[in-house]
Amino acid sequence: MGEVLVLVEYADGALKKVTGELLAGAARLGTPAAVVVGAPGTAQGLAAELGAAGATKVYAAESADAEGLLVTPEVAGLAAAVAAAGEVSAVLVPATIDGREVAGRLAVRLDSGVLYDAVDVAVGQNGAPTATQSVFGGGYTVHSTVAKGVPVISVRPNSIDGAADPAAGEVVEVPVSVDPATSARVTAMHLEAAGDRPELSAASIVVSGGRGVGSADNFHVVEELADTLGAAVGASRAAVDSGYYPHQFQVGQTGTTVSPQLYIALGISGAIQHRAGMQTSKTIVAVNKDADAPIFEIADYGIVGDLFIVAPQLADALKQRKG
Amino acid sequence: MNIAVLVKQVPDTYSERKLRTSDGVLDRDAADAVIDEIDTRGVEVALQLVEAQGGEVTVVTMGPQRATDALRKALAMGAHKAVHVVDDGLAGSDAMGTSAALAAALATLSPDLIVAGNEASDGKGGAVPAMIAERLGLPQVTSVRKLDVVDGALTAERQLEGGYAEVSASLPAVVSVTEKITEPRYPNFKGIMAAKSKPVTVLGIADLGLDAGGIGLAGAAAVVVDAAPRPAKSGGEKTADDGTGGTKIAEYLAAARLI
Repeated sequence: MGEVLVLVEYADGALKKVTGELLAGAARLGTPAAVVVGAPGTAQGLAAELGAAGATKVYAAESADAEGLLVTPEVAGLAAAVAAAGEVSAVLVPATIDGREVAGRLAVRLDSGVLYDAVDVAVGQNGAPTATQSVFGGGYTVHSTVAKGVPVISVRPNSIDGAADPAAGEVVEVPVSVDPATSARVTAMHLEAAGDRPELSAASIVVSGGRGVGSADNFHVVEELADTLGAAVGASRAAVDSGYYPHQFQVGQTGTTVSPQLYIALGISGAIQHRAGMQTSKTIVAVNKDADAPIFEIADYGIVGDLFIVAPQLADALKQRKG
Repeated sequence: MNIAVLVKQVPDTYSERKLRTSDGVLDRDAADAVIDEIDTRGVEVALQLVEAQGGEVTVVTMGPQRATDALRKALAMGAHKAVHVVDDGLAGSDAMGTSAALAAALATLSPDLIVAGNEASDGKGGAVPAMIAERLGLPQVTSVRKLDVVDGALTAERQLEGGYAEVSASLPAVVSVTEKITEPRYPNFKGIMAAKSKPVTVLGIADLGLDAGGIGLAGAAAVVVDAAPRPAKSGGEKTADDGTGGTKIAEYLAAARLI
């Protein structure tokens, strides 16, 4: 089995959760190896954690330019690591906004192909790395492979379970050069402070509010129910476009796709674009004043009523059970 | 400033969309075909830039014959001319093949700026603009929610998970925009009539000098092994709130062992 290279996501000197997931996926396809792109010395600082997460080798694809330039250092780093490694079975990157750009550019550079937004990876019947994809908002489950060259697979965060066995994490320096002429430059980063609630795409329970919530001030009803359940808060596109809640909480075709154990939809009509972002949730509960709202077609349990009465009552009932 | 805008005709997201389970190719007849909403925003961004700074907007699409409808919609909004990349041999192309064809078409235009949507609503790969930038050797900024162009360079706000980045790049460059970038204008009657006589250049595989090995279903690097529809979720219990609706949900969740 060849090496499977994983692009490492990290912040503040520690690995992000998705890196462990990708190494777990890599272990299913071959021998996991990590590729660290960053300022010189970054790989050494992460090597122990990467070894514990399953990386046999840590390719240090470092350059002083890495932080200032957008995406091209990751592409150059992965291409250099592929050249340095012996037999490479696949390259895995997270299916984030950056990750899918990296995947696309790398596939062109390697003259191979991309499988994007995989929710699982495994070796297929013909021995090829195979991605499972959930297409059209979960309407179809598709299995795909790449027919030529080193497959580049982007993997949806919070999808792959399990962990790889700990490994050596041996650091291998890989020289990298990036052409600034083909790169955009990052001049400033503005990251929001992580809130107290679980992250939307990782949460096992999501409580979402839609147009029925009516205003930004009213959204506290959604938040209070979410907090009783230890859930993440989501919002429909209609609610976000009306300014009731910030964009990063948007669930739907053009927002985040979630698949939690429990999804509670408050004042959401259930238009196709919203359903595309949540209809693979294991259990769906809906509250809406309109008995004909399409959300009820996919809800396991529905209450036709006023969310401003039902949601607080539900929160109270939950608190009593806990107490 | 010459701006090229990539547009795609996709199955209407308001309809049920289908795949051919034999080979995983999109079943284009299953739903109405419309210009992807994100691309109307790309056209709008381009129109605003040339209205302020002078220049022309050319819309480019790769698709079957009826994709001309998507081009006419963009021309009706105010784009000046169009390029339609169409050839039976391109059917079933994956992202690699599509980007190769589009890059070749864009190379004939030598644009200062290439604008695309951040992702198509059917494929949702978000990779083609990146691949085009790589093929053309251009800098690229994806996921743009705010764009300014001054003196041969662009500055942009790039939306990310958990925040945004300020980014700059020299032109020519490729940008992809998010739905938050701007609201698209509606074509008026005058625009719709004018669109009928705006030039549309048709380019095929031979015109673009494409390598047959990398395009179409046969040349696709990404191969679907199998595709199966997921059983549709059906509705469960639904009752009107009689004053105990919230309590009933709690009982349901407890019985289902979700709390």
